[in-house]
Amino acid sequence: MMKFRFRRQGTDPQRERIKQELFAFNKTVGHGFPHQPSALAFDPKLQLMAIGTKSGAIKIYGAPGVEFTGIHGDATAVTQIHFLPGQGRLLSLLDDNTIHLWELVAGPSREVGGHFVVRIFSLWEKIKLCLFVSFIHSRLPDDYRCGKSLGPVESLQEHPQQPGKILIGYSRGLVVLWDLGAGRVEQLFLGKQQLESLVWERSGNLFVSSHNDGGYSVWAVTSGNACSPQPVSSTIPYGPFPCKAINKILWRTSQSGSPVLLYSGGMPRASYGDRHCLTVQQDKEHVTLDFTSRVIDFFTVHSIKPEKEFDDPSALVVLLEEELVVIDLQTPGWPSLPTPYLAPLHSSAITCSCHIANVPPKLWERLINAGKAQRGRQQTHMSWPICGGKNLAPPPKQQELLLTGHEDGTVRFWDASGVALTPLYKLGTANVFHTDCDDPHDPGDDPDLQQEEEWPPFRKVGCFDPYSDDPRLGIQKMSLCKYSNKLMVAGTAGQVIVLGFNDERSDHSVDVSVVDLLQDREGFTWKGHSRLEPRLKPAPFPPGFQPLVLVQCLPPASVTAVALHTEWNLIAFGTSHGFGLFDYHRRNSVLARCTLHPNDSLAMEGPLSRVKSLKKSLRQSFRRIRKSRVSGKKRVITTPTSKVQEANAALAEQEEVAPVQRRIEPRSADDSLSGVVRCLCFADTFLRDGTHHGPTLWAGTNSGSVYAYALEVPGVGSGRACERGGASESSSCVEAVLGKEIQLMHRAPVVSICVLDGRGKPLPDPYEASQDLAIAPDMTNAHSVLIASEEQLKVFSLPKVSAKTKFKLTAHEGCRVRKVALVLFSSAAQEDYNEHTLVCLTNLGDMHLFNIPALRPQVRYDCIRKEDISGIASCVFSKNGQGFYLISPSEYERFSLSAKVLTEPLCSVQLDRPQMLPVVSDGEGQTLEPPSSLSSPILDTPLDSPLSCADLTLDSTGELTVEDVRDFLT
Amino acid sequence: MNKNHRAPSSHSLGTVEVKSKFGAEFRRFSLDRSKPGRFDEFYGLLQHVHRIPNVELLVAYADVHGDLLPINNDDNYCKAISTASPLLRLFLQRKEEADYTMFGTDSMTRKKNTVLSAVLLRPDTNKKKPPVIISLPKDFRPVSSIIDVDILPETHRRVRLYKHGQEKPLGFYIRDGSSVRVTPQGLEKVPGIFISRLVPGGLAESTGLLAVNDEVLEVNGIEVAGKSLDQVTDMMIANSHNLIITVKPANQRNNVVRGGGGVGGGTTSGSSGRSSDSGASFYGYSSHGASASAASHIIQNFPVGELDSDEEEEDLVIEAGGEAEAIGHAPSSYSIASVPRYEPHLNLRTNPSSTYSIHTNGTLPGSSGSLNNTNADSATPSPDRAKERRSLEEEGTVITL
Repeated sequence: MMKFRFRRQGTDPQRERIKQELFAFNKTVGHGFPHQPSALAFDPKLQLMAIGTKSGAIKIYGAPGVEFTGIHGDATAVTQIHFLPGQGRLLSLLDDNTIHLWELVAGPSREVGGHFVVRIFSLWEKIKLCLFVSFIHSRLPDDYRCGKSLGPVESLQEHPQQPGKILIGYSRGLVVLWDLGAGRVEQLFLGKQQLESLVWERSGNLFVSSHNDGGYSVWAVTSGNACSPQPVSSTIPYGPFPCKAINKILWRTSQSGSPVLLYSGGMPRASYGDRHCLTVQQDKEHVTLDFTSRVIDFFTVHSIKPEKEFDDPSALVVLLEEELVVIDLQTPGWPSLPTPYLAPLHSSAITCSCHIANVPPKLWERLINAGKAQRGRQQTHMSWPICGGKNLAPPPKQQELLLTGHEDGTVRFWDASGVALTPLYKLGTANVFHTDCDDPHDPGDDPDLQQEEEWPPFRKVGCFDPYSDDPRLGIQKMSLCKYSNKLMVAGTAGQVIVLGFNDERSDHSVDVSVVDLLQDREGFTWKGHSRLEPRLKPAPFPPGFQPLVLVQCLPPASVTAVALHTEWNLIAFGTSHGFGLFDYHRRNSVLARCTLHPNDSLAMEGPLSRVKSLKKSLRQSFRRIRKSRVSGKKRVITTPTSKVQEANAALAEQEEVAPVQRRIEPRSADDSLSGVVRCLCFADTFLRDGTHHGPTLWAGTNSGSVYAYALEVPGVGSGRACERGGASESSSCVEAVLGKEIQLMHRAPVVSICVLDGRGKPLPDPYEASQDLAIAPDMTNAHSVLIASEEQLKVFSLPKVSAKTKFKLTAHEGCRVRKVALVLFSSAAQEDYNEHTLVCLTNLGDMHLFNIPALRPQVRYDCIRKEDISGIASCVFSKNGQGFYLISPSEYERFSLSAKVLTEPLCSVQLDRPQMLPVVSDGEGQTLEPPSSLSSPILDTPLDSPLSCADLTLDSTGELTVEDVRDFLT
Repeated sequence: MNKNHRAPSSHSLGTVEVKSKFGAEFRRFSLDRSKPGRFDEFYGLLQHVHRIPNVELLVAYADVHGDLLPINNDDNYCKAISTASPLLRLFLQRKEEADYTMFGTDSMTRKKNTVLSAVLLRPDTNKKKPPVIISLPKDFRPVSSIIDVDILPETHRRVRLYKHGQEKPLGFYIRDGSSVRVTPQGLEKVPGIFISRLVPGGLAESTGLLAVNDEVLEVNGIEVAGKSLDQVTDMMIANSHNLIITVKPANQRNNVVRGGGGVGGGTTSGSSGRSSDSGASFYGYSSHGASASAASHIIQNFPVGELDSDEEEEDLVIEAGGEAEAIGHAPSSYSIASVPRYEPHLNLRTNPSSTYSIHTNGTLPGSSGSLNNTNADSATPSPDRAKERRSLEEEGTVITL
């Protein structure tokens, strides 16, 4: 049909070139902690750490800024990783019985992990092992043998001083020292307990075995003694009651005398069997590190130089299921060390996020100081122990902040300027309220108080704490003014807090106001949660953002939209019932407007409503799925609501079994939740006539209604306030007068409203124009307003609201707008050329870019999988063309739409490779190379590894089992 | 009756003779053809001359073809006056006992006295259905049409559904499925979107143009191939006010056979015949009715103004200022039709009667088309209305987009 022909644009080569200089899509770097880590390895020579995950990703970290990522083609769990020390290569064993060899390769601009797949790598180990199992049997004393099999091999450890000897530990307890060169058993150790792990002492005179019963044994290796029936010593540290197994043990010698013993597990089964513990003990010092999630693996950073006599471990690195903990072993008391990367973003579930670009240096400095003050006690002088590689990325041109709001009512400030997302400062909002568990001290801040006096000497370590004390504290929306240092935070129970920055500790009470958004609506009863009880007495607030004003919406529904204008001292907030405008300077409520549709019972009754639509229950089950991704082992809180949800989920599942069909019905006015306020925006523009501009407030709802209010702010604007002149500033209040109401006929939810100036550019933020930080908006030509709904983008002229341009995205593409942002794209070629562009993320996970105000489509990129609902919901854009979205509850993927602004790892690692392998450099390090073509050169290469046995011939006749390969590598 | 003088025949061009019948009584009077006045004045006059000041009336007239058509607003009143030659025959009924089924009775093929018989002699046994008030503009409009018959393969059908207001659901469901296509490589199974269910009483079912298992090929001109069920759902909902879906009917026996002779509408299946008729005659006003060739029939289906269907979804803007309210005064007879749709939602401060929306005008270019192509409710806005629209925009009370 003809009308669709108009959409197609002629390709103007000039324009195409400009587009290429402006737009480019790249996924640049991942921030946060890898989801479901499953393996850990450390290269002591290169000082690089590798983490493998259950989804088949391998991430390598060195010094802050040094990062490499690789993904196995098939998403299978990585069970083990082993570095070939110093070579920049590593082997990964996957759950599907494949071994992969990876290596760091020099790409054109950066180093990436290329990788090779060796499916049946080195078959010779198999033969060796087979040989000596029977051989060993014959050597065993009769009383030990008792007709038992030896069980699978649990551990293989190479002799630290003599490369040709390996220690083989069998599951049933037998340990064999095997001489590879001579092909014979040197010594047998007849352990009586199920073996869990083995570790050599540095000198090779001793080794330690850990056992299933929670004990460990020290064995002496003496030449000439062919069979040691008894260990030198055997201890069950947490006995005498039955204990859990010690999964892994490390024995590190130190100059100061006694060795440092580190082991995971071994807790008394009955009393502490459920804890995730790691014990560090040296002499009398004994600490049981108590973690909140499972210990995956751990290693120590210690001296490996052969000339040194002792290990002298400097740091302990523990990979937990949800975070990485590093303990400083040099400083007395073994304090934990803050990590410069791998920050557990999800220490409490992320509920919202917000990005602030180009943070003024002053605020930046104050934030850093506030953050330092918070961490005061935990401070150690030790530098980050994993320091491999060199970060070549230039220092960031500007400071960027990423704010994450969490379920427990905290807001975390992250340094997002570079590759490593580093925590800066943490703000808690719970202390504004009385909560059930009012604790004078934040337990996370004060490790000393955590030390329980009982045995074992537990010490809580780590910050992963997914359990929220009160779900109402959750942060829903945030807005920060970087010039006036005002922060607006809004939460689940309708609380809106305005905070100001203070470098000093302060004891004060917070002003509380209650705004009834229902106004005069009758016949509605809120059945949801009650509002939070504000703390009325003065409370101590640490340096940083300190609350000034608390506004509580009634009914206390979750806040769905906020806007902050610091120049006018106004905040606007919206819930599912309406929106309000509050003057936080004069502490008075200016406006409350109910947006409820009279028939909408759902919005009124809140989450406990019995009449629950399928839509809502589906939404809840999605939410639950998302939450369950945080921790598979999260405890189930049984409340009446959760039972209802279960029932609803069961219902929803039943319905999904039926053939999928979709009802075609336009939205009606009385759809549920039509009154939800989706967006709010302040603008200095022309609302009533074309000659006087002044402050305005815009609000958009779920049902396509837009309300525009003309505001009269004393002392602001050339509008009526000035004409009157007479009113004295101190007595006058802010006033709001309804100027216009727009009902979009397609009734789709309004996602965003933005006012464009006379040149078609978005209006600057508060203070930007008045402080000459941005080009002053064009107030001479007619303004326009861009209203983005889920289905259409439309630009209307102001003050007479008539449609100028539009783009019907849903009608054409069948996708719906989820997130919208106005972004300034700078050209990569021309220094001073930039364009304001509208970026739309749709429900299909793709990015559509439109120029403004013409709304002509520019480019489209696939970004997020459309099934990844939480990823799409979490997406946040920066003003310079970058963005973040959650790829797991704990990881942000950073992407860039701009050809110019990229934040990606740029680093180098000094390698010591015996022979250059054919270098395969692929752009992303994620492509799978055909295994057959690349496997042979690897086998031919004499690997400078202790496992190398180049003289052995290949024999593929034997049956290779996974266990064999795994055991050999251990 | 006596007061109304009979106009001399020499003035017949300037005046209209009116013969008004209410029950068994007749009244005769005349009106100035050039200055007919407004409908409410005329309505008052009728009540006056029949001396029934407080009786709610349904006013109808017999047009040139002998069809009985309603008079209930300024437009069809003007139309009635302007087409009367020379006598305007009016039939008044009490609203509560009105028989709506008589309207639009095509009496061209019947005897001269059909109208009278329709009014007077219609037996009650024929009134099976509850009366549907089709005389009001919101009820009197196109519902569906088959379009683009000439450019589509005969196996396909392009159906346009006009969704007005909220009262009747579109009423269909779609599902995923697979269809078999003939390709150079042979038969190929490809995923497709199908109509899975029709809601009884819904718009889709009532047209008879869509059926379960029809394959959906296009939505408003955009192919659905390669799109997911959810995408197609969203596209349909986004276009729901003016949905054009191209289907490959599961039942291929009722396809249009081109060149078979005569009107496209006439050659479609029995069930869809009525609806396609409506499409043909609705747009047929410019080319002498439905007897035009199939080609012209197609072209008319896309009047220029409707190429961009956005005309049909004007967003409503209300200026809520004290001054603005005072200025604007719009004819109240229009607002009645349009306001109730928005009123509960907007909760305006302004007087609802002043929120006249031209939306009604724009969406109903020819509201009576399916019944008669020369209907009083003309397809183009009358000069008066255009003038009103301009003045409204100037005054700024209501702006349509």
